[in-house]
Amino acid sequence: MMATHEVTFPVTDPAEILKLRAGDEVVVQGHVIGIRDRTQMRIFDEGIEPPMDLSGAFLLHTAPNVRKLGPGRYEKLCIGTTTSARMVRFTEGLGERYGVRAICGKGGFPDEAIEPMQRLGMVYFAIVGGAAALETTQIEEIEEVAWEELMPECLWRFRVKDFGPLTVGIDAHGTSLYREVQEQARKKLEDIYARL
Amino acid sequence: MTTVTTDLAGVVEDAAAHLYVWALKDIPQDLRDALANAAETETSVTGQRVLQTILRNVQVAEDEKNLVCQDTGIAVYYCRVGEGFPLHPARIYSALKAGTERATLEHPLRSNTVHTLTRENTGPNTGYRVPIVHWDFVPEWDGLDVKCVPKGSGSENMSFLKMCVPADGVAGIKRFVLDSIVGAGGKPCPPGIVGVGIGGSADYAMHLAKEAIARPVGTRNPDPMVAELETELRDLLNETGVGPMGLGGDVTVLSVHVEHADTHMTLNPVAVNYQCWAARRASAHVAADGSVAYERDA
Repeated sequence: MMATHEVTFPVTDPAEILKLRAGDEVVVQGHVIGIRDRTQMRIFDEGIEPPMDLSGAFLLHTAPNVRKLGPGRYEKLCIGTTTSARMVRFTEGLGERYGVRAICGKGGFPDEAIEPMQRLGMVYFAIVGGAAALETTQIEEIEEVAWEELMPECLWRFRVKDFGPLTVGIDAHGTSLYREVQEQARKKLEDIYARL
Repeated sequence: MTTVTTDLAGVVEDAAAHLYVWALKDIPQDLRDALANAAETETSVTGQRVLQTILRNVQVAEDEKNLVCQDTGIAVYYCRVGEGFPLHPARIYSALKAGTERATLEHPLRSNTVHTLTRENTGPNTGYRVPIVHWDFVPEWDGLDVKCVPKGSGSENMSFLKMCVPADGVAGIKRFVLDSIVGAGGKPCPPGIVGVGIGGSADYAMHLAKEAIARPVGTRNPDPMVAELETELRDLLNETGVGPMGLGGDVTVLSVHVEHADTHMTLNPVAVNYQCWAARRASAHVAADGSVAYERDA
């Protein structure tokens, strides 16, 4: 049976992550860190330490539409979520080196994320891609921006309220909804092809 | 000799600027209806969660006058130019480009366009050969129709081309479409519109697939044989269980649109271009005298 949870990030207790099961609904409070392709290439490919604490963090795959108010200060215009699959290779490093506990994006991670997420006690949250107008109302404030020269692929810290609904796509117990759906769909395709 | 007193280039620029922002905020009625129908049909818990969130988001965008999706896309315009329209397509292109830039700076909108090798941002959603324009020329008419389709990258990345051989037949075409969409999973933000281009040449098949995604949701190809293929592919895809956002469910696609061209006896090209559930589009009809009528649902 699918459960509904509320989790506040960053988390300190690993049990907060372990209680989540694939398919569960989650609403998030607290802080969310925005990150994208170039942000993570800078950390892992160029070896530059991120100027924000990522331990226990919830990372969001995003590149927001913002208006600059002053030095380092931005107003949200429209904040949504991008496709995660492009960034799967950073999963292990984020968990192992920085203690990231949750990664949220759209479209899911390929199966290679399942093992490190299980080993390191991490989850993947599926957001509804494209639902940016709603997502923007759940972001209360842009509290901090680092690496502004990567605009819009900076490192962002947002304060959120009732962020979601999210679905646990991959849990910390080795279950991936994406793998299950693909396996079932492939079986179905065999039936369909036999009929064509 | 006739003198054009209206600044037609200015009119087209204004239209482009208006269409780009409007398309991003206010999705057409046929799409709203298709999404509502999907929510009525869907039986899975995760699928319902996704579809209800989508419907809520469309309403929030309207109430807050915000963008439906943060991805302002790559600007694609579809132009139908009458032979008597008193502005040359070269000028129409410049006007569309200027309008795209103005909308991006004035709103402001996120700028997505980068140099394809250096990846450096090229400015206000324009660049070398961007925006992208599809042209159609119409005899014995003096008007211009412009349709703006800001195309998101999540769905555009899920584009596929296969040069099937003639012996693969129609079954080969169906197989490739099914395989491509199942493989795409949740990445292109399903349930959306699957555009399929068949025949012509490799490049033209993809061009046709892109034409197909710009049609109102659920419209059928005028050729009954092609229309039947559209319905069959839609029903087969909705048997696969990929579901909304690839999390499992009954509704994997809202519709399949197929456009076709005759081809070489040795060719059987199939192109797939995906359009996400936020299938944004908006149109303007520009008359030769410079008057403009806007239409969201064309």
